[in-house]
Formats: sequence, C-alpha cells, structure tokens
Amino acid sequence: MNILVCISSVPDTTSKINFTENNTKFDANGIQFVINPYDEFGLTKAMMLKESTGGKVTIITVGDTTVEAVMRKALAIGADQAVRVNMNATDSFSTATEISNYITQNSFDLIIAGRESTDYNGGAVGGMIAEMTDLPFVNACIGLEVEGESAKLIREIDGGKEMISSSLPMVIGGQKGLVQESELRIPNMRGIMQSRTKPLQVIEPSSNTKNTSSVNFENPEAKGSCRMVDASNVSELVDLLHNEAKII
Amino acid sequence: MSVLVYTESWNGIFRKSSFETVSYASETAKVLGTDVIAVSLEDVSDDELNKLGNYGATKVISVPNINKGDSQSAAKVFLDLSSDSSVIICSNTYTSKMIAPRLSVKMGAALLTNVISVSEGSDIQIKRKSFSTKAIETAKSNTEKTILCIAPNSFGLIETGGSCTIEKIDFSESGSLSFDGQETASGKISISEAEIVVSGGRGLKGPENWGMIEELADVLGAATACSKPVSDIGWRPHSEHVGQTGITVTSDLYIAIGISGAIQHLAGVNSSKVMVVINTDPEAPFFKAADYGIVGDAFEVVPHLIEEIKKLKN
Ligand SMILES: Cc1cc2nc3c(=O)[nH]c(=O)nc-3n(C[C@H](O)[C@H](O)[C@H](O)COP(=O)(O)OP(=O)(O)OC[C@H]3O[C@@H](n4cnc5c(N)ncnc54)[C@H](O)[C@@H]3O)c2cc1C
Ligand SMILES: Nc1ncnc2c1ncn2[C@@H]1O[C@H](COP(=O)(O)O)[C@@H](O)[C@H]1O
Repeated sequence: MNILVCISSVPDTTSKINFTENNTKFDANGIQFVINPYDEFGLTKAMMLKESTGGKVTIITVGDTTVEAVMRKALAIGADQAVRVNMNATDSFSTATEISNYITQNSFDLIIAGRESTDYNGGAVGGMIAEMTDLPFVNACIGLEVEGESAKLIREIDGGKEMISSSLPMVIGGQKGLVQESELRIPNMRGIMQSRTKPLQVIEPSSNTKNTSSVNFENPEAKGSCRMVDASNVSELVDLLHNEAKII
Repeated sequence: MSVLVYTESWNGIFRKSSFETVSYASETAKVLGTDVIAVSLEDVSDDELNKLGNYGATKVISVPNINKGDSQSAAKVFLDLSSDSSVIICSNTYTSKMIAPRLSVKMGAALLTNVISVSEGSDIQIKRKSFSTKAIETAKSNTEKTILCIAPNSFGLIETGGSCTIEKIDFSESGSLSFDGQETASGKISISEAEIVVSGGRGLKGPENWGMIEELADVLGAATACSKPVSDIGWRPHSEHVGQTGITVTSDLYIAIGISGAIQHLAGVNSSKVMVVINTDPEAPFFKAADYGIVGDAFEVVPHLIEEIKKLKN
C-alpha cells in the first residue's frame, strides 16, 4: 500500500501560547514543536498497514524550514520518505491545495490526515483534500481495517460510533482509536540514525490563494481567584452554586 | 441572499446546538438585512422541523433521503441550495466538518470553524477559538461567500416565537460510502452539548468507584466525562475523554473530581463558565483555574454533595 500521512507541526501541548507584532503573530520563541497529536495516531497506523501489506509511507508537511525537525522525527518513527511544501501554512484552503496537487501527481491508496491540528484547530484540511481529489472522506476515524481494495472504518459520532465501508483510495481524518495510545511508536536510536539519510524532498508551492486571514489574537480572560469551601461544609458549595453562580 | 443554516439532527431529533445555529443565523441575517433558511438532512418529522421557526428560520428545506455522513452528496445538496446565499452556517461537529470543507471547495467559499461571535458587518470577520482554547483568534473571510461552523454552547438560544414553512425536496444521489450501522449509548447526555459536566480523574482510583460520579451527574442532569489517563487505562470509554486531545467542554458548570488540572486537561475544559474542583491536594494546579474549590477526599465529599443537591432539588 502506498500511504500518504499529512503531518502538521504544532506547539508542544504544554506550551504557553503568546503572540508578537501587536498580537498578530504567534510567538514561536522558546516553543518546542511536535507532531500534531492526532497525526501521531495516523502515522503509527500507516506503519502497521505497511508492515502487514507491504508498500511505502510518505509524509507531507506544508511549512517553512522550521518544520523539518518534526518531519525528521516522523522519519525516525519509520516513514520512508518526506515531502515539504515550502510555504507558510496559515490557511487551510491553500494548505489543502498544495497537498492535493502532490496527491494528484503521485498516486496513493490511502491518505491519512488528523481530525484537526491543535494550533489553529481548523479541522478542515482533510475534508478539503478529499473534495479536491474527489475521494471519499471519513472524519474522526477511530477504527480502520484494510481488506484489498476496500476499507472498513469506524467513526466517532456524537455519543457513539458508526460503522462504514468504503472503496480505496480515500481520505481519513484520524485520532486516538486508530491505534491505541500504548501502541504509539517513538523513535529509537536506529530510527534516528536512519532518518538522517532518508529522502526529504522540498517542493515549491504552486499557488498561494488564501481564503481566510488572521486579524489578531488575544488570550482568554484570566479567571479571578478560586473561592474555597471547607470539606465539612458541602452545603455551602451547593448554596453558592445555586444563589451566587445561579447555575444549579 | 438568505442565510442558509444546516440544522443537524440525530435520529430525527434536533438538539440544542441545532437551535443555537439557527439563533446565530438569525443574528447574522439581521446584520445582512435578510432572512434565514434552514436545511435538514435525513428523516425528520414536520413537528420537529416546525421547532426551527421559533429560533428565526422562516423556511425549512427538508432533504430526507440524504445520510448526513455522506459528505459527497450532502455537499452537492448545499451547493444547489446556496446559489443565492453569501453565508452558510453549521455547527462545529465532526459530521458538519465532513460536509463544510467539501462545500467550501465546491463554492470557492472561505471556511471558518470553531466560531464564537457574530460578524458585525457584511464583510465577514469573527472570533474563533484556536490553540486548543488557549487563544482567541479574530479571523476574516477573503471571499465573497463564507461558511461558518459555530462552536456548541458559545452562543445563546434566542426564541423569536416565529414560524416557518416546510419544503421537501427529493435528492436521490448517493456517494460512495456505505453505512453499516451505529452504536450509541441511549439516554446519555452528550458532553459537547451538556449544560453541566461531572468529570472524574485518576484520583478516583478505579472504575468501580464511578457509581458516585454517575449518581452526581444523574441528580444534576449532567453528562459524565473523564481525564485522558482514565480513558487510556480503560476505566471509562474513550468517548468520555475531555481535554486538549479529547472532547472540548463548553458547559455552564464543570465539576472536576480527582483531576490534577494538567495544562492539556485545562485547555479543553476552561471555556466552561464555572468550574468546581474537588481534590485532596491543595497544591493541585486545577485550583488556580477554578471558581470554587474543596480540598478533600472525593469519597467523602461527593456523597455529601449528592445529598445536598437532592435536598435542593426537592
Ligand atoms: C500530548 C498530550 C496530550 C494530552 N491530552 C490530554 C487531554 O486531552 N486530557 C487530559 O485529561 N489529559 C491529557 N494529557 C495528560 C495530562 O498531561 C495529565 O497527565 C492528565 O490530565 C492527568 O490526569 P488526572 O488528573 O486524572 O491524573 P493525575 O495527574 O494522576 O491526578 C490525580 C489527582 O487526583 C487527586 N486525588 C487523589 N486521590 C484523591 C481523592 N481520594 N479525592 C480527590 N482527589 C484525589 C490527586 O491529588 C491528583 O491531583 C495529555 C498529555 C499529553 C502529553
Ligand atoms: N501545514 C500542514 N502540513 C501538512 N498537513 C497538515 C497541515 N495542516 C494541517 N494538516 C493536516 O490536516 C489535519 C487537520 O488540520 P486542520 O484542518 O489544520 O485542523 C492535520 O491533522 C494534518 O493531518
């Protein structure tokens, strides 16, 4: 199987988020970047599918040179080759356009994106790729089994799950469940050594049409201090929630 | 020029988030000086469809034979219906986020998701949650047409007392997916829409201790949730995992029991209006983010809390 995994490079989940240039730009100073957590599940799933059916795993990231550290990590986990589209990814439409172009020029049996990226939280790139390449799409995918030319999938729906079958090729938006947390692969020494010599191709963007733009950012208002209630006086808490917060 | 709104239904029923999107659409329509047309997919009764009028839809277009998970067909329906609309609105659910990205490509429309405010002018500019609710972004559309996905519980319901007409259309196309069945926990309140969420962490020691969490949720009419490690070890189902990498909670009241308050947990729950924390450790980081706190043993505090709430409700 020829699998493409879309990987976005995002701030580590423990990062404090700050902005510069009059709150118009994300401040990457001192930020550790990681593989988007949802994409990690997709990458491990791709490795497993490759091991059982043979084939190749390619990863693609749209971004400037700073994303290469995260791409090398994906190669160290086991992807065979990497492609970077040399463009700052600030809009889901232009990001999806570049990834779709690459898919059209090369052929894949399966394209795995994540449910959403934890930075801009668009949740849009996977679905847009599916439309641009005219392929079926299943989002919030928590189970995937490939049988020849078709796939059986489970997607998370509000309060439950739905079973779906599809022909390949297709696009999925993945998350935890695709593989379990405990199955996630981390780079070992051998992988890290090998990743340095694996191909990382850089291609130039074809166009850069942005449908949306960012005006500015703000941090959510800080909470006031926490009102402490004595453990022996639970009725006071109920009273506060009822009469002060008026919420129960 | 009507504002088009997709009102998602579940087994023929609309939820609060469906009515919220209509309320949001009505506010947008006021700004644009136009009206609201709602679009419903799958089989929904006329009685249920009529409810949309009360939130400002003047017309409802019902397309009963389209499965909402079939985003290829759903996007075609919306493309057909939206030729005259510059703004299309839906809820920020996984299902809508299968349809909306496709539609945005088909229409050449900008897509803005996780939206929490109404645009003040006809050039669409809104606030949206980003960086896993650690930041709020103001973003704008650069195109003539725009699709907005509204974050649940971020916009209140506005009842207008109005009524709507219903038009049914047949659309017989179907996409390439085949749907083999659903499993849903019946009677459970969904976390993303719940007004109150009761959540348990590793401090509860084991799955056998969730009885009191469920009872507390029950007396409050709340949904139950849990921290990530709790679902990772299998004490609770994955569908209850909340936080940065789980479901985002935007409830009016979030009660965290035996949860330390790690930054990844807080990122997904801190848009709740009021947070209550029960934890044995006064140094637990959650107290810094909470509105009300009790330093104490959950196994003593929670049963008392249930009793006190029962008293209040009687
Ligand atoms: C990439 C990444 C993503 C993550 N995403 C998420 C996410 O989405 N959601 C999430 O929740 N976590 C997430 N985490 C994990 C997060 O960092 C924490 O490990 C996790 O939230 C801790 O869960 P907890 O509070 O239940 O457990 P613990 O940290 O073990 O805390 C248990 C708490 O219970 C208290 N306690 C013990 N006994 C009692 C008692 N009898 N009564 C009352 N209190 C008691 C303790 O004082 C302690 O504060 C993520 C981590 C990473 C690395
Ligand atoms: N810059 C990017 N490069 C490669 N893949 C991306 C990029 N941005 C988003 N994706 C993919 O699209 C998914 C959804 O992202 P988003 O629409 O930004 O929330 C992510 O989980 C990635 O798989």
